[in-house]
Amino acid sequence: MQNDREILIEANQIERRYWLDLWLYRELFYFLAWREILVRYKQTIVGIAWVVIRPLLTMSVFTLVFGRLAKLPADGMPYPLLVLSALLPWQLFSAAVTEGSASLVGNANMISKIYFPRLIVPASSIVVSVVDFLFSLLILMAAMMLYGIQPGWKILLLPVFLAMTCIFALGMTILFSALNVRYRDFRYVIGFIVQFGLLVSPVAFSISIIPQAWQMVYALNPMVGIIEGFRWCLAGNHNPLNMSFVLLSILVSAMILTVGLMYFRATERTFADVI
Amino acid sequence: MNSAIRVNNLGKKYQITHLPKQRYRALRDVIAERLRTVFPGRSKLSRQYSNREEFWALEDLTFEVKIGERVGIIGRNGAGKSTLLKLLSRITAPSTGRILLRGRVASLLEVGTGFHPELTGRENIYVNGSILGMRRNEIRQKFDEIVAFANIEQFLDTPVKRYSSGMYMRLGFAIAAHLEPEILLVDEVLAVGDSEFQAKCLGKMESISKEGRTVLFVSHNMSAVATLCDRAILLQKGREAMDGSVSSVIAHYLEATPSAEQLGDRTDRSGTAHARVTGIEFRDPYGVISRTLVSRKAFEIVLDVEATQEAIGKPVSVIIVVCDRAETRLFSLYSEWQRSVLEMKEKTGRLICSVPQGFPLIPDQYSLVIGLLVKGIVADKINNAAQFEVISDDMFGTGTVPSIGFGPIVVNHSWFTAT
Repeated sequence: MQNDREILIEANQIERRYWLDLWLYRELFYFLAWREILVRYKQTIVGIAWVVIRPLLTMSVFTLVFGRLAKLPADGMPYPLLVLSALLPWQLFSAAVTEGSASLVGNANMISKIYFPRLIVPASSIVVSVVDFLFSLLILMAAMMLYGIQPGWKILLLPVFLAMTCIFALGMTILFSALNVRYRDFRYVIGFIVQFGLLVSPVAFSISIIPQAWQMVYALNPMVGIIEGFRWCLAGNHNPLNMSFVLLSILVSAMILTVGLMYFRATERTFADVI
Repeated sequence: MNSAIRVNNLGKKYQITHLPKQRYRALRDVIAERLRTVFPGRSKLSRQYSNREEFWALEDLTFEVKIGERVGIIGRNGAGKSTLLKLLSRITAPSTGRILLRGRVASLLEVGTGFHPELTGRENIYVNGSILGMRRNEIRQKFDEIVAFANIEQFLDTPVKRYSSGMYMRLGFAIAAHLEPEILLVDEVLAVGDSEFQAKCLGKMESISKEGRTVLFVSHNMSAVATLCDRAILLQKGREAMDGSVSSVIAHYLEATPSAEQLGDRTDRSGTAHARVTGIEFRDPYGVISRTLVSRKAFEIVLDVEATQEAIGKPVSVIIVVCDRAETRLFSLYSEWQRSVLEMKEKTGRLICSVPQGFPLIPDQYSLVIGLLVKGIVADKINNAAQFEVISDDMFGTGTVPSIGFGPIVVNHSWFTAT
């Protein structure tokens, strides 16, 4: 508590203690995430069942439509695994962005009554989606066993791709949650972006169906690098991992995060006035 | 170096947008607005959107609070008290000036903020504690104390949605009261709970300040301010009107309310002038005169009336119309409805209207139109004859005070699910 002895608040000046404050309030991050998880899994059966059923159903439909009916190539992977390994990070991303974008508005009474670094609210809302992700990872593990796929050492790199998903989701969430406070009808745009994103990301199909010349352009979507990574370490994809996809994904995510943080910091001082 | 709070030239400006009534803006409006500026042919429409007014909720405020001082902030509604607390507690940012705070700041602007109805009392203590800025270890240490203070031992593992409103408020205050900050900002929380709990809260606040902590206390409850604070700052229209010992500032505040004596001198009146209202005061059952009424609490309106020869001995009736800030008429008190027989016996006299249930109004500023009739003919009519302020009682027992958006009238009611 030595560092937070003196606080200077000045007009039209971005606080110097911004990052220090964020650090001092790290326990709030933990407690808010804990609150969300508790609430989510309070009705345990519904909570867990939902996490299991949703990817299974989506996987079945995608396998049927894209694998069986459209007969898209699977690059040597079982089609259900191809879908499931992409579905996991996608659902993590879409749930985090959808819920995180509404988090500031949902906690309006906290924001208008108490000071704390506002960034904690959207950031902590992502944790629930990560927990959901870990549960659905169990399904993927089961599916891998069913298809007799040994993950091998590559699975050790899973946390890296998980982190990439979280950073991408964080950037979008921070940007969208702030926009959502400003423009209350922005949530309709978010719904559309998330729906649209599922179609433009290689969730239901392999990236190999994209013409070679366009693949780098396609990989500007950070989900491309992330999904490639997940397939590489989980779904038994024997092709070498295209590192340029991964690096591009990290680069674009970092840019989105920077823009999101800049916009968030520029507007957060007025949140309490407009929320 | 021994100041806890130093405020220099502090100001807070709000923009009031007149056309779209929402505080937030819709993206679709912004896009539409941009398009209009791109196609200036329809610029008349876009000008409507720039119909904004600046409003300084707080202006050029400078003061200093020493460590261990207990300062009351008083003023009418809209004087900038809550804005000041919001700035000090860093909820919103100032438009001008600077604030220097030494020590941990905790604000009790509303208790129970961040409670989640699905979580148990135990879980909410941890979440709410950390929202208020407590460390996990600190919460763990004070856990038993908090539970005992709130008196909820048996319900610790019950979701707070099952709590009674009293329990909910008690738990909220108990957590906040155990924050032990160096600077405590309090906004009217004492208006909640039953009287026993209020006494407990007051006691806790006194002990906090005795420990040498700095307390800033915003309240309409003058007796609470007088007991808790040694110094008071009076705000008027966003500016500091007075700063001094608590007794002198409170006395000034109560006097400063525009009083009755000038009513007789006013010329903006109509009627035959056979009788004239020369003074008006509001009196509570103990005879205390104040322009501040407690919602739904008994009081009397006392009118001083001067009559000419034509009016003496003739039947008189009085109508008092209560209006809101926008001078919309809300309701009236009319002697004829009760067939009350009033009469001026001498040249001067007093007419009294007793309001046993008080006004069912939400906290705000109101005004009166007074009409005096002699034999059914208007003798004197004054618009905006007096202004008064209504402050809340805790009518629902929950500490929830309806805001103006819900309409000016509060009515007692209860809700239940049909069986």
